[in-house]
Amino acid sequence: MRSTGQDQQRQRTIWHRLHLDLPLLIGILALMTLGLFVVYSAGGQESAVLIRHAKRVVFALVVMFFIAQIPPLSYKKWAVPVFILGLLLLIAVLLFGHVGKGAQRWLDLGFTKFQPSEIMKLVVPIMIAWYVSQYDLPTKTSKIVIAFILVLMPTLLIARQPDLGTSLLIASSGIFVIFLAGASWKLIGTCLGLASAFAPILWMFLMKPYQKQRVLTFLNPEQDPLGSGYHIIQSKIAIGSGGIHGKGWLQGTQSQLEFLPERHTDFIFAVFSEEFGLVGVALLLTVYLAIVMRGLWIAVNAQHAFTKLLAGSLTLTFFVYIFVNIGMVSGLLPVVGVPLPLVSYGGTSMVTLMAGFGMLMAISTHRRFHV
Amino acid sequence: MALKKRVAIRNHSAEANLFARRTFITFIGVLIVTLILFSNIYNLEVNSYQKYQTRSNDNRIKILPVAPNRGLIYDRNGVLLADNTPVYSLEVIPEQVDDIKSSLAEVSKLLDISQERQDKLLKELKSKRRFKPIELYSRLSEQQVSLFSVNQHKFPGFFIDARLKRYYPFADLTTHSLGYVARINRRDSDSLEKQGLAENYAATRNIGKLGLERYYQDILHGTIGHQEVEINNQGRVIRTLDFTPPIPGKDLTLTLDIELQMIAKRALSGKRGAVVAIDPRDGGVLAMYSNPSFDGNLFVHGISSKKYKKLLDPKNNKPLLNRAVQGYPPASTIKPLLALTGLDAGIITPETEIYDPGFYQLPGIETKRRDWKKWGHGKVNLTKSLEQSCNVYYYDLAYKLGITRISQMMEKFGFGEYTGIDLHEESRAIMPSIEWKKARYNRSWYTGETLSVGIGQSYWSVTPLQLSQAISILVNKGQIKVPHLLKATSEVVINSENVITKEAIVTEYAVDEKPPIILKDKHYWDIVLDGLHNTVQKFGATGHEAFAGSKYDAAGKTGSAQTANIEQGEEYDATKVKESKRDNAMFIAFAPYENPEIVVAVAIENVAEGGGGANAAPVARQIMDQYFGDREIISKDKTKHPHHDNVYHQNIKNTAGNQ
Repeated sequence: MRSTGQDQQRQRTIWHRLHLDLPLLIGILALMTLGLFVVYSAGGQESAVLIRHAKRVVFALVVMFFIAQIPPLSYKKWAVPVFILGLLLLIAVLLFGHVGKGAQRWLDLGFTKFQPSEIMKLVVPIMIAWYVSQYDLPTKTSKIVIAFILVLMPTLLIARQPDLGTSLLIASSGIFVIFLAGASWKLIGTCLGLASAFAPILWMFLMKPYQKQRVLTFLNPEQDPLGSGYHIIQSKIAIGSGGIHGKGWLQGTQSQLEFLPERHTDFIFAVFSEEFGLVGVALLLTVYLAIVMRGLWIAVNAQHAFTKLLAGSLTLTFFVYIFVNIGMVSGLLPVVGVPLPLVSYGGTSMVTLMAGFGMLMAISTHRRFHV
Repeated sequence: MALKKRVAIRNHSAEANLFARRTFITFIGVLIVTLILFSNIYNLEVNSYQKYQTRSNDNRIKILPVAPNRGLIYDRNGVLLADNTPVYSLEVIPEQVDDIKSSLAEVSKLLDISQERQDKLLKELKSKRRFKPIELYSRLSEQQVSLFSVNQHKFPGFFIDARLKRYYPFADLTTHSLGYVARINRRDSDSLEKQGLAENYAATRNIGKLGLERYYQDILHGTIGHQEVEINNQGRVIRTLDFTPPIPGKDLTLTLDIELQMIAKRALSGKRGAVVAIDPRDGGVLAMYSNPSFDGNLFVHGISSKKYKKLLDPKNNKPLLNRAVQGYPPASTIKPLLALTGLDAGIITPETEIYDPGFYQLPGIETKRRDWKKWGHGKVNLTKSLEQSCNVYYYDLAYKLGITRISQMMEKFGFGEYTGIDLHEESRAIMPSIEWKKARYNRSWYTGETLSVGIGQSYWSVTPLQLSQAISILVNKGQIKVPHLLKATSEVVINSENVITKEAIVTEYAVDEKPPIILKDKHYWDIVLDGLHNTVQKFGATGHEAFAGSKYDAAGKTGSAQTANIEQGEEYDATKVKESKRDNAMFIAFAPYENPEIVVAVAIENVAEGGGGANAAPVARQIMDQYFGDREIISKDKTKHPHHDNVYHQNIKNTAGNQ
């Protein structure tokens, strides 16, 4: 043990004993509380919607708490078998999956439906972090290639479902690990070059018509204002009409009069901006940024390459949620189904996110006792 | 082994540094991306605020037009002639219905709408716009309304619309003057567009198609109101934000007296013809009825083609035709006006006498024109010519006047020209002249035709309305008041808070006058009027019988128009000719003789027996009896016409003839 007894005494507060990271918890609770208000407004002010959301919030907090109790280094043992199981489940989904909303994402286990891609959001960064952390940093190119293939397998399987949003999140979680592990700039440059060369091929041969349509709509939503462009136009109107101070809670006409689609799920940011304005947006981004900073601080202070990489990846993936969601709702990015983390109504992704935060907390609070 | 070795030499602090560097770089990336996100939101919420604010309002705020209530129409005594009554209709917005055919079938089952009608509706739906409500079924019964209301949730896109529709309580009694309203069709909307009225009619469904409803469409319609509402994405109204009430159309009070209309209808029942009664003091039309008539209510809800065909069927005597404004040969009814023309032209004096042997021959021409009285009237002066309706007197007069002088004077009395009444359906009829014949037939005028004009025949046709106007001019001694049906309009008062008050501004109709007819001697009027007085008051005169026993002092003139040419030497016998070739009966009258209040013109087609005196005069009598009621009006000049049992009574021996 490197730390002195005094240090230990000072650090072992009640929160540490509970394996909770207080700053992170405050940020999360702040967002969740905000989420309750916005979901209530966006869900047509129906208490039933609010109660269902609140139940999920509580459940997600419980999940986070239990995960936080598990020593993070023990993940390593499970990394490979769980990763392989995950891949098998993804294949099973493609073969026997339950079709919902035009995509095969669910596996019907008889007693419950189960979305393996959600598990992979956590398993992939663990797997890659485990793999990369076995070797010296910066990672050698040969290892990077293997790591990259490991990322690519679940990404492509999920993209086949098709679930672009999740595959994007999973790809970025793996790539963040590779980047943080010190992949050489030369390699990064080459990859970016290859990617941009690959884009036209992707467009012409691999993208489905509806995906192409999404991109076209993103580039010019006004060409089909009542059809594919409707979502993004109404969303921009909602945000723009919020102004600096917003229309006030429950007063957003775009959301209350139902002009805005997917109000309480993917487009909840538009509801928030309409009712709370630029001031609210600044506040929200500040809270998000604080959480990201705290996550990165935990990563930098983690004592093992594995936990560093895992914490960094989880935190940055969280930021990808924010960026993709706000970017798409405000018209910067094409529409991809990614919720606004910890605010949007929607059970599974919130539970997964909170499980990730549970890991971050574990990394933050278990380190003293595993050296 | 190698693995262990490598772990052993692993440089933890270098790795931590590398990781920290990389983390820092990503954090910078996070900051930049956050800044981009924020600046984009800033751009939307601050720079483009106005634009999106407007678009947000455009989304949620709709301006709904609200149709004004159509002005009501009353008779001169305040009896309601055109009402607005609530009507419930079943409407549908096709866009909101998934399977229109099956939905319609279900609704029809519920409301008991026939299969035949459903098929027709389906066919109609194809040609209509999908976003606008379409009327499926008008005039739902109260039971149907409640049945549907209970089950409404089963039929998205279907709804019941309550609106006011025109209703004419007196039905066919008033149709020819009131006209009717019906659905605005393509032509109407085009014409509204051209007049720049389309906006004001945005919520209006019906428009005046005939009669006063058409003539006064603009003032009956009113001004559109607007309701500013907040709607949701389904277009459902959430709440009203602002309301500008529509201004109802002006109510019309007519000069018509519905009781006179009733009498006219009864008097004409079973006959084809028309009655027009005018108040000569202001030109107000007291009664205007054409028989047979039809029910204007049929057109308000859209007449079925079967019913419409029935109206057009020649067997049903053309009820759509307003005979009050259609031309008839005036026959002897215009003799007083010709006498006046003769006096003014200096061709005759009251004392001028001719000898009537029962026929008239133009100098040097063999053709004999017979008087209606086979053995002639003997010596005839002006007064007698009117009392006995002597044709020979007027053949001679017409011959001496010539067609030009006749038509010039008759045009002054309004013949051959629109009277200017407030109806669009009026006919000008025909006042023949040399120029007219040239233009019409490209032929020259024959003197024989002038003779026919002298007894109100030939090409000459007049409408009962024109006739009543001409007689009004006569009794007014040259003053011309344009006939009209409108007596007053009444409009609501809107106070400063944009609310309609209970007060109303009543505007009396301004009577239009034309330059008067001025004769060389004012007494000519009196001479002719006196002749008409005799025609009714003198025992044995042509108009006497019909007015026997009346308590008011009437004057008038009969007429009997040939509708077919009678060959030379042939005798007319109503019982032997085809119905459509029988004579028309005409009659004009006014009363009281001094200060006349009412002028009546009657035309009856193809009477079976007798002329104007026997057929048309009793109609005028009934109208006047109703008009005067119990009033007793006896001439002031007791020496002349103290009563209908007048001083001449005993002196007249010849009572034959009823013309």
